[in-house]
Amino acid sequence: MDAIIENLPLFLRGFWGTLQLLIVSGIGAFIIGVIIAAMRISPVASLRAFATVYTELLRNIPLTLVLFFTANVLPYLDFKPGYMTLAMIGLTAYTSPFVAEAVRSGVNGVPVGQAEAARSIGLTFGQVLTLVVMPQALRMVVPPLINVFIALTKNTSVAGGFFVFELFQTAQQLTNLRGDRVVAILLGVAFFYLIITVPLGLIAGQVEKRVAVLR
Amino acid sequence: MTMVLYDAPGPKARRRSLLISIVGAIAIAGGLAALIWALGAERVSANGAVQPGMWDGSRWDIFNDLAVWRSIGEGAAATLRMAAVAAVFALIIGVLFSFGRAARSRWVRIPVTIVLEFFRGMPVLLMMLFILLVFATGSYWAGVAALAVYNGAIIGEALRAGIQSLPKGQREAGLSIGLTVLQTRFMIEFPQAFRQMLPIILAQMVVLLKDTSLAYIVGYPELLRVGVNYLSNFFGNRYFFSLFFVVLVIYLAMNLLLSWVARFVARKTGPKAGKLIAAGVDDAGRIPGASGTRAITLPGAHGGTIDRRER
Repeated sequence: MDAIIENLPLFLRGFWGTLQLLIVSGIGAFIIGVIIAAMRISPVASLRAFATVYTELLRNIPLTLVLFFTANVLPYLDFKPGYMTLAMIGLTAYTSPFVAEAVRSGVNGVPVGQAEAARSIGLTFGQVLTLVVMPQALRMVVPPLINVFIALTKNTSVAGGFFVFELFQTAQQLTNLRGDRVVAILLGVAFFYLIITVPLGLIAGQVEKRVAVLR
Repeated sequence: MTMVLYDAPGPKARRRSLLISIVGAIAIAGGLAALIWALGAERVSANGAVQPGMWDGSRWDIFNDLAVWRSIGEGAAATLRMAAVAAVFALIIGVLFSFGRAARSRWVRIPVTIVLEFFRGMPVLLMMLFILLVFATGSYWAGVAALAVYNGAIIGEALRAGIQSLPKGQREAGLSIGLTVLQTRFMIEFPQAFRQMLPIILAQMVVLLKDTSLAYIVGYPELLRVGVNYLSNFFGNRYFFSLFFVVLVIYLAMNLLLSWVARFVARKTGPKAGKLIAAGVDDAGRIPGASGTRAITLPGAHGGTIDRRER
């Protein structure tokens, strides 16, 4: 316990690093993911094809390779905005196809009758989307989206392997310093991850229950 | 779904759509071409020395050397070995977790649930570090154990959901013909749950294969470490990009292949294949009306089950 308390500032700095990674790449991935999802269901064939290839490729590249690319290969190609920014770029790119898939499955989950009913009373395409389909789709998308962000929280730990100071890096440095207190330090780090993931999971469960009642 | 949102396009809309399509394709192709050109451009370093572009022959000539390919092959084999061993253990752990999670005694169920939630909420990387430092297993077994436990927890959760989704009668029937609780679980409930959850389990295997690359960070010599770090240290830094490119392509090929296998199996033996008669689902696996309402059912729509599903 003392190993944690005397190193608390370091833990908090690591926690702050993880939070920064989570928030910035979470927002970035959400924006890009929604755009990709919109491209994926658009009537324009070339946009659809691009979105499909983008999702397929990025979902099948391991995160380690993505971050290796941003942290080692991009600086090699003379792009050097600092490791934190590079890791954020990598995490954003890696997470965006998962967001896109979650959003798309939400849109697909709206019963066809809804869109048909909307069209049959004469709503235009834009009205169908904004007034009928999207309000229902977004509500169903929230739980899977939260799950994507939980995964992102865990994935930020990989950035610690690529020169970013966050919780995993805290764990590595502290276990080097205090080899006699490894278990306590690692459980401390685990605790900080759970502070983020457990509430998110509870919210997801709560939202899921509400949606289930409505359907 | 998408087709329901708008009318079948008329000539004007088709032309417009084609136009946007072409403009989009040109923009995307232009972006790719610009990227490739930028990578191929010669670069001048700070001291004025000119370095060849990324596509220059001097950056790719090591791939004529068979020894390079042998090293890369060893790296790929190390990755696949870790994935295979971890997958077997993950399945075993998953089965155990699902039993614990669906146990009737509260004294088993609640602790197992807590442990499971803990494992699912942990970064795999942190688990690897924990096993590496606390049990001093070496990076290989640290990677295998962490991957097995983490994916086992997820597979266990999936299997439990599969068991829970079975009709109650299955279990009751098993018990009523005199099987013990454990026999019912193993012989009646489990095979059905497993088949129902096969797509999820296979999807998790893809995740597991991807996650073997995390062992790079704890120092296991897998594809990325051997292919990029070791080889570019040995042959020189100028091959860094080309080696990374090749490793990336190999990883992509492995994962895409496994994803496609997973999808193929999911199509063949999805939940609907587990039922005797898939009521209300046509033989292409769609719920009637899901692809737009059709007032008249065309004759012969129910023939040729296999080739229809092939599409």
